Amino acid sequence: MSATTRRRFLAGGLRGAGLVALGALACDGNRPQAGFLGLMERVNERFQGALFDPSRLAPELPEADETDPDDFPAYKISPDFPAAPAGWALAVKGLVARPLTLSLEDLRRMPRTATRVRHHCVEGWSAVAAWEGVRLSELARAAGVDPRARYVEFRSFDAGYWSSWDLASALHPQTILAYGMNGRPLGPEHGAPLRLYGAVKLGYKMVKYVTEVAFLPVRTGGYWEDRGYEWFAGV
Amino acid sequence: MIDVPEADVPRPAQPALIRVTHWGNLVLLVLMAGSGLRILVAYPYLGPRGDDWAWYPLQGATPPAALTVGGWLAGARHVHFAFGWLFAANALVYLGYLLASGEWRRRLFSPRRDARNAWETLLHDLRLRRQAPSPVGLYNGMQRLAYTSALALAPLAVLSGLAIYEPVQLPRLAALLGGYDVARAIHLGVLAGLAAFAVVHVVQVLLHPRTLADMTVGRPERPEEAA
Repeated sequence: MSATTRRRFLAGGLRGAGLVALGALACDGNRPQAGFLGLMERVNERFQGALFDPSRLAPELPEADETDPDDFPAYKISPDFPAAPAGWALAVKGLVARPLTLSLEDLRRMPRTATRVRHHCVEGWSAVAAWEGVRLSELARAAGVDPRARYVEFRSFDAGYWSSWDLASALHPQTILAYGMNGRPLGPEHGAPLRLYGAVKLGYKMVKYVTEVAFLPVRTGGYWEDRGYEWFAGV
Repeated sequence: MIDVPEADVPRPAQPALIRVTHWGNLVLLVLMAGSGLRILVAYPYLGPRGDDWAWYPLQGATPPAALTVGGWLAGARHVHFAFGWLFAANALVYLGYLLASGEWRRRLFSPRRDARNAWETLLHDLRLRRQAPSPVGLYNGMQRLAYTSALALAPLAVLSGLAIYEPVQLPRLAALLGGYDVARAIHLGVLAGLAAFAVVHVVQVLLHPRTLADMTVGRPERPEEAA
């Protein structure tokens, strides 16, 4: 290599290293919702929102596809599986005409929906179970949701675990509040007495041990979302 | 200034746009591979829960931290889904240029021109043949086969990635690739293929350092490289 060639080579390398250093500032994995990474999360939210079709159903799977219940992971935030507080009831509130307080018996009396779809976890695994419960859209109808509501927030008694969804995904026909799993009453390891289940979101969006459903005009966050995981998290 | 007819101006062995997209691709591929491996750390198995596929030899093997990017699962996912767009955009610029400039003719594998040459080059590299076949134009047949194969992996990387990113909203794509878990295995397989290519590629560049200058500062094409 001639001296000129070498100089050009070095200058190019230095420029490249400078660009990489600048990029690293805007791409800090410890602050995934800031800088360039945060900007691109907004882009990806729009992409996922544009792909989302409220009438598209995830394939309903045959019973043979069900994952062995022992192999279906059970996650929680509390050190032990939390037990429902005495007198547990579901509160439906926020921008609704009729705020509701529903016992498990009340929920069982509402129209029942069953769904058996593939579950997609943020970690990369998939599993299948059958879920039984009440469509969230049914609950929204019963409570009379105000047109100003754009988001739905779900709270639980699992050490304050919570999440929030866009209204369209929450009203999807395969989004339910489940009290049954694989033909049995929901067990404490999967969110008894009531959990959110949906075909169109990653697993961490499906709040277990639900206590409260609030229809809101503004977007809030969630347990994992506030720690850096994607808010939209569609699949 | 001497006026030279355009046809007589020697083309660079590696035109500027190819050099830029090549090095851009290196940075993007490192980020995509590293963040992808960090995502794999979260669940280093193939197959749905309760059905670890027996054919996959690395069940449960965690990729070494030194090869990962993003630090933790959420960081790696953000890096992966941010730079995935840039990776695809860079590949589209490269492909568009290849087609528009006609560069594809001297770069992409054509069985008629390259098959025999590729086979003879392979035999020579394996020390089974004394004489190295002469390159046909810019590259020998084996180079064209390797570069074209690596290029063909790019759309597969993007499509299998989209299938596991949005398996419910892209049902036809996911089904075409065998469903979520098969598409995830394909996505990892693409990485294995690209990694194998990269290893051989770097060894070859070290054996032929002149090509590194071609791809950085550039130089005009030699007459024997004109195809």
